[in-house]
Amino acid sequence: MSWETVIGLEVHVQLATKSKLFSGSATEFGAAPNTQASIYDLALPGTLPVMNEEVLRMAVSFGLAVDAVIGKRSVFDRKNYFYPDLPKGYQITQLEFPTVGRGSLKIQLEDGSEKVIGITRAHIEEDAGKSLHEDFQGMSGIDLNRAGTPLLEIVSDPDLRNAKEAVAYLKKLHSIILYLGISDGNMSQGSMRCDANVSVRKRGAKEFGTRTEIKNVNSFRFVEKAINYEVQRQIELIEDGGRVVQETRLYDSDKDETRSMRSKEVANDYRYFPEPDLLPVIIDDAYIAAVRATLPELPGARCQRFVTQYGLSEYDADVLTSSRSMADYFEEVARLCGDAKLSANWVTADLLGLLNKNDLVIESSPIKPAQLGTMISRIKDNTISGKLAKTVFEALAEGEADVDHIIESRGLKQVTDSGAIEKLVDDVITANPGQVAQYRAGKDAVFGFFVGQAMKISKGKANPAQLNELLRNKLKAK
Amino acid sequence: MLSKTVAELAGALTRKEVSARELTQAYLDRIHQLNPALNAYVTITAEQALAQADAADSRRAQGNAGPLTGIPIAHKDIFCTRGVLTACGSRMLHNFVAPYDATVVERLEQAGAIMLGKTNMDEFAMGSSNETSWFGPVRNPWDHARVPGGSSGGSAAAVAAGLCAMATGTDTGGSIRQPASFCGLSGLKPTYGRVSRWGMIAFASSLDQAGPLTRSAEDAALMMNAIAGSDMRDSTCLELAFEDFTAQLNQPLAGLRIGLPREHFTKDLNPAVQTILQTAIRTLESLGASFKEVSLPNNYLSVPAYYVIAPAEASANLSRFDGVRFGYRCENPDNLDDLYKRSRSESFGDEVKRRIMVGTYALSAGYYDAYYIKAQKIRRLIKQDFDLAFNDVDLILGPTSPHSAFKLGEKVSDPVTMYLEDIYTIAVNLAGLPGMSLPAGMLNGLPIGMQLVGPSLSESRLLNVAHQFQMNTDWHSQRPEV
Repeated sequence: MSWETVIGLEVHVQLATKSKLFSGSATEFGAAPNTQASIYDLALPGTLPVMNEEVLRMAVSFGLAVDAVIGKRSVFDRKNYFYPDLPKGYQITQLEFPTVGRGSLKIQLEDGSEKVIGITRAHIEEDAGKSLHEDFQGMSGIDLNRAGTPLLEIVSDPDLRNAKEAVAYLKKLHSIILYLGISDGNMSQGSMRCDANVSVRKRGAKEFGTRTEIKNVNSFRFVEKAINYEVQRQIELIEDGGRVVQETRLYDSDKDETRSMRSKEVANDYRYFPEPDLLPVIIDDAYIAAVRATLPELPGARCQRFVTQYGLSEYDADVLTSSRSMADYFEEVARLCGDAKLSANWVTADLLGLLNKNDLVIESSPIKPAQLGTMISRIKDNTISGKLAKTVFEALAEGEADVDHIIESRGLKQVTDSGAIEKLVDDVITANPGQVAQYRAGKDAVFGFFVGQAMKISKGKANPAQLNELLRNKLKAK
Repeated sequence: MLSKTVAELAGALTRKEVSARELTQAYLDRIHQLNPALNAYVTITAEQALAQADAADSRRAQGNAGPLTGIPIAHKDIFCTRGVLTACGSRMLHNFVAPYDATVVERLEQAGAIMLGKTNMDEFAMGSSNETSWFGPVRNPWDHARVPGGSSGGSAAAVAAGLCAMATGTDTGGSIRQPASFCGLSGLKPTYGRVSRWGMIAFASSLDQAGPLTRSAEDAALMMNAIAGSDMRDSTCLELAFEDFTAQLNQPLAGLRIGLPREHFTKDLNPAVQTILQTAIRTLESLGASFKEVSLPNNYLSVPAYYVIAPAEASANLSRFDGVRFGYRCENPDNLDDLYKRSRSESFGDEVKRRIMVGTYALSAGYYDAYYIKAQKIRRLIKQDFDLAFNDVDLILGPTSPHSAFKLGEKVSDPVTMYLEDIYTIAVNLAGLPGMSLPAGMLNGLPIGMQLVGPSLSESRLLNVAHQFQMNTDWHSQRPEV
């Protein structure tokens, strides 16, 4: 039996505003419990919400980045349910009239092809607080620092067909929100959280299968694993004659499994109705145009520009624009050394290799753009060879600061004095008459041997181009 | 002295016939003497009041007193008051001391008014007789066997009995106007958005408005000058330039067109009340006003629509009272559900529970369209009726209540009869319009009020008409013997 997976993602992005959605409290992560909770956040009676306009700007900028319809009249609603970390007993969200309507996002698949994923909507809502169940002698503690932090919930269409596509979509979203600067996107701190709606159906079937919702998965890797686990579970369940139950499931990364959050699925009735404490948010074309004018260059456009402006391959351009910081890093290096292609090679190969090996992100790279730029400049001006540049690179990675000092102190400077190279060539030819005879008899492959010998003697410092030219001339001359 | 109007008291203070401290002490003495029988106040803030009075006296000595400086006021216990119990008539908040002042309280304090205490009210403002209060019913100063009206019953009784010079109230469906009518006062429900709701405990957010309960229209205008105006903390509060509500009080009524809604003058209205209104109409005619019949055809739907919308909003507004962070918390809860269930069921009264259940039901999946959406449509029709009527007339005049104050216990066991008490007032809240009740006559020793309703933001006009009426009648000067 052949099965098809259907996945839709609901991604909650914590917007990087200084203050909360409806109160003036700070939103910083990691403060002592309840030190960032105002009388409104505590839902003391008589307090009222006042919307933070920065949230609107961020939501609209996201909408524009995914070519979405912007809601010119968005309405807040109350979603009612009781929970101790939801102080008002309702969450203010947007149900019928979200700020961001239908849009789309293009993702690159592994085979290099592109796929367009529909975005159903993105709405503004407030986050809940946190319930802490440890260290309270059987009671629970409530931390309301997070309560009221602005979220943008981005809902995708059920267009994703496997876990890899889901991760590609998530990474693309992640990249866009970082480009826009509307969130720090930090998944481990919960700034970006993902709920995955997963179902399976027989290939070719028109109807969707019954879906389950996997809640709050907090890394790209876990999203992939959780979906794969859940897909397998559903297929096995159906093939064994069972039936998928619509329910919420939790992914346990330690055991690599999903499990039901509620033993009995009770459909919650949230009793939504329009929030009477807030007026509808009305925006006009001028507002949208003003937000559009502030948008940074987005990954797609920047990737194209890298191809045309710098002559990079589509692949390199895509890797370099996968995050705003990466693209900024590359452009800084290229500007400093004046060679975009060489910069692209060093960044995508050596630098990314270094970062991956040490599990670092570009922002925490031990080598700064200025250093890499200087190093590449030294290759360009023939101070060092590309090969010896690796030694410089390693020294930089180890924490040494000054490129020229590294070259100087380790004697990595290239020999470009043609007299010195000529002497080197003469020495090699004199010392290896047998090989000289072979070469002259037409065995071209021996040429590499001479280069190797010369490099060995010069400890790799001879300028390769000069060396090759002189060697060839002298070998031919006799 | 204690039954004088605010305007008169302000004059006495200016002329140094009395000091704010003397006035405050006199009110406090009277409260101690009469409140045990009336139960109008639930909290008396004597010490704080005397301190405020001294400050008012020195402010007056420095020459920067306003008309309300040194005037003793009572606040409905729905307004949060910093450091003072704010119980909202409920056991749920029997221990809630707000760490902040409502905007209305703050502005009156800035104007120099002296807070004597907090007044009794129907629990969470849900009631029309002040009988749903956790602190017991309030007695009508005109007849202790009768109710003062609700939900601002404590404020109305306090002003009527001379236990303060003026009081704040709130009006969601008639809660300022009906008690004003029952106690012989001038009560104004402003246009929705005129007065900030910050710090006012919400019953039905889209209907709630704060307003004055006073002995004259002029006093109401003076209070409006202090409390009205935009507030960054309430998004639904209108951004308007300062308006002096006393400026038009003396404008003549010549040319004024007043509408009489056909649907208000029917056999459901007590004939004696009808006669009183006819007399008032003749008085206004003699002052230059002309009358014509208008129609509010959807008015009969206002009570059912209101009892969907108001409970729906209330069901969410009251969710924050969960025993977790403040207010009443049950003893030794077994678990979270038990904490919620017992904290709420042990501390909310029957009427509050009834409305939470009605509202929850109206918002439930499968019923939302049939109830909530339909009620919102009716709300628009009701607003339209008024808009059409105001094409022809400047104001609408009618009864505030079908009758005078009823007896304690008379209606409390029959919610629907109680809900019909507000048949003439509720539509005004649904339409967001300003409405005012003022004394129009007496019936068997009890005051009868009449209601004036105007288009959006026409408060100055309403106060002008009421003031002119009061200049030519003395119903508003009648005082109960207590």
